[in-house]
Amino acid sequence: MGEAAEGNKALRNWMGEPRPRDQDDEEKTLQLSLGLPGGGGGGAWGAAGREKGNHHHHHSAADTSMLSLGYSNAAAFSPCSQGKAKGSPAAAPATGHALASTNNASQTRSPNAPVIGWPPVRTFRRNLATSSKASLDHQNGKKAAKPEETTKRAPFVKINMDGIPIGRKIDLNALDSYENLSLAVDKLFRGLLAAQQDPLAAGTRECSQEEVAISGLLDGTGEYTLVYEDYEGDRVLVGDVPWGMFVSSVKRLRVLKTSDLSSSLTPSGRKRAVAEC
Amino acid sequence: MGRGGSRAAPAAAMPPWHALPDEVWEHAFSFLPADSDRGAAAAACRSWLRAERRSRRRLAVANCYAASPQDAVERFPSVRAVEVKGKPHFADFGLVPPGWGAAAAPWVAAAADGWPLLEELSFKRMVVTDDCLEMIAASFRNFQVLRLVSCEGFSTAGLAAIAAGCRNLRELDLQENEIEDCSIHWLSLFPESFTSLVTLNFSCLEGDVNITVLERLVTRCRNLKTLKLNNSIPLDKLASLLRKAPQIVELGTGRFSADYHLDLFSKLEAAFAGCKNLRRLSGAWDAVPEYLPAFYCVCEGLTSLNLSYATVRGPELIKFVSRCKNLQLLWVMDLIEDHGLAAVASSCNKLQELRVFPSSPFDAAEQVSLTERGLVDVSAGCPMLESVLYFCRRMTNEALITIAKNRPNFTCFRLCIIEPHTPDYITHQPLDAGFSAIVESCKGLRRLSVSGLLTDRVFKSIGAHADRLEMLSIAFAGNSDLGLHYILSGCKSLKKLEIRDCPFGDKPLLANAAKLETMRSLWMSSCSLTLGACRQLARKMPRLSVEVMNDPRRACPLDSLTDESPAETMYVYRTIAGPRSDTPTWVQIV
Repeated sequence: MGEAAEGNKALRNWMGEPRPRDQDDEEKTLQLSLGLPGGGGGGAWGAAGREKGNHHHHHSAADTSMLSLGYSNAAAFSPCSQGKAKGSPAAAPATGHALASTNNASQTRSPNAPVIGWPPVRTFRRNLATSSKASLDHQNGKKAAKPEETTKRAPFVKINMDGIPIGRKIDLNALDSYENLSLAVDKLFRGLLAAQQDPLAAGTRECSQEEVAISGLLDGTGEYTLVYEDYEGDRVLVGDVPWGMFVSSVKRLRVLKTSDLSSSLTPSGRKRAVAEC
Repeated sequence: MGRGGSRAAPAAAMPPWHALPDEVWEHAFSFLPADSDRGAAAAACRSWLRAERRSRRRLAVANCYAASPQDAVERFPSVRAVEVKGKPHFADFGLVPPGWGAAAAPWVAAAADGWPLLEELSFKRMVVTDDCLEMIAASFRNFQVLRLVSCEGFSTAGLAAIAAGCRNLRELDLQENEIEDCSIHWLSLFPESFTSLVTLNFSCLEGDVNITVLERLVTRCRNLKTLKLNNSIPLDKLASLLRKAPQIVELGTGRFSADYHLDLFSKLEAAFAGCKNLRRLSGAWDAVPEYLPAFYCVCEGLTSLNLSYATVRGPELIKFVSRCKNLQLLWVMDLIEDHGLAAVASSCNKLQELRVFPSSPFDAAEQVSLTERGLVDVSAGCPMLESVLYFCRRMTNEALITIAKNRPNFTCFRLCIIEPHTPDYITHQPLDAGFSAIVESCKGLRRLSVSGLLTDRVFKSIGAHADRLEMLSIAFAGNSDLGLHYILSGCKSLKKLEIRDCPFGDKPLLANAAKLETMRSLWMSSCSLTLGACRQLARKMPRLSVEVMNDPRRACPLDSLTDESPAETMYVYRTIAGPRSDTPTWVQIV
């Protein structure tokens, strides 16, 4: 956790680490909407990204996590407790099974990775914990760290796609180009889009065949186009300005149907005509 | 009257009430507010079933997939208030991936069709789209209450539709939802003639609202009792809002931080002093300790205090809380520490519910002195305490035994020791004895969450003693199949069981399959289940829906997997609607 406490700098270093496989790298750098921006100020972002990646990629390479939430301790404790729980009818015959299952579980989880959904704190509360940490530090007189934290833009940007009711979040600081952004968007929404389009056939089909990649987001050649709202509330096509300028001005991202594009690219506009409600 | 024995009686000896017209029974049933009593009455005989279903005004559907919305509408044609719940409870902690299901749309559509007189709608853990909200606004002539809890999928555009379309709205209660902010001035869509609002809660909304519009709304809704603001509302606006609504009973403040100015402090203090009816207080985001004394004048009247978003340290909290002599509910962060809870124990003798949340759940290095001691003190000092949620990092059997002895009146006991598999930190023993003491002593316990190092022994005790337990959460516990067997073969009243990361496998599940039909749902993730057992369970129990979820990213069709393959997550529930048809690729109903 020490290195994590360095905050975003450490996070970037970590994100920038080369990964054995491209796919893993993608996975781990993406923050999904149910992830937990945890309680530990800037440092916990790393954990959040990692946790999410871990959830979706149980068999990904073991990582050198900065957080330990004790799964390893867990495995160490169990046999010991069985030994001590004398008189427990369960203990003796069960040992083999318990060990087997512990092994089973540890196969699916890297030894030091934080455990998804634990401790059982609501996602909503976790989000709050992050923002309130800064104010607590402020109260404690840790003012040195503060200016950096408050001027730092939120690393996660919400992203929504036409026709999909569930939003996601994406960490732009972990990406470095429009191409990677485009790939990331595909990863976030491809499965959801497939499920959305054909719920009845969902149970039986080969998913790999059905899930079509979301492509052509940036040049208008695909079914969908990526646009963003900047801090002035204007909607702009993604790709017009240099990457760094984009990252510093984007407030949120939207994946719109290319066919609907002309009507929605108005300042602070939205397809839905609210005035008539 | 509870026993409608008429069915067994011979025709000649029909009891005198047999000939009563349905209208009389419908009136009689109106005196049965509890769903369970109404259900029991409906099961008595045909005429009661008929009368009960025709007269039912409130309907609660605990699992949106347990019955189809069409069936609900058909069976209960006179419903005015509906509550529907969707995703499993573990969704709160991110264990249910996005896209799982629980769409509100079919329910809204069926209600719009069959219940035009609907007045109240509550959704919990469901995907509510803007289209749903627009349909609600357009479909029900006398719509009054909309309550959305832990929902997602909608934006302020949908809220605008509600504001514009529901002319008689009394409650708009938005709790912990993920709301997309379209920077639309949705509050301004409430018509100028609109004055019926009693509850307005938008505390979970990220993003700004138009404060001038809000002030006008608050001013004209003279019956407003509950107002919960989000943290975009600055402290200096709170005072003026409060002056316009001195009748307020429940307040969620906005951001409670600002540079300290004496005149702002005085304005706030005066505004609070004017709120003679204030009973429940929450919010206080980013609270600055210097401003907290502005609350002091209302402390004595408070029955409910939620400071679990307020990062205030012990000393300030103690000064605050020890003034709240009439508190029945207190939610705080662990920053209150043990000595703060000792102050609670000596000041708040009427406390019924305590929740203590972790300020740094992922950072063990963050030293907060909150231990078993705080909970022991509160259990000794607060004789009416019956519900606890407590996050801490260490616990002992002795403490739990003392707590059990102090408070046999617990109905809800949820203890989360943050590090999984943590033993008693003094004796290094499992916490079996402690949790056993809780279930043995607290006969009325309905909800229990266990944590720390636990063996099968504790489940033997829970199975044998927790007769009224309805919901049980287990994580990182047990050492064999026996643990699950003890629970499923005991726990007479169990409705919901959720288990994660426990070495429980196929055998106890299949051996107790019939038990699952008496329960609402069972969730097991990262246990030792095989796909074959899930399939077998589904074959054995046709009225159960057995859902298996594997990693969405690897989404490989479960059909192609052998019986020996592990089932990463299994979610089982009772249903009369058959298998649902809206599963994503990575969920399969076996």
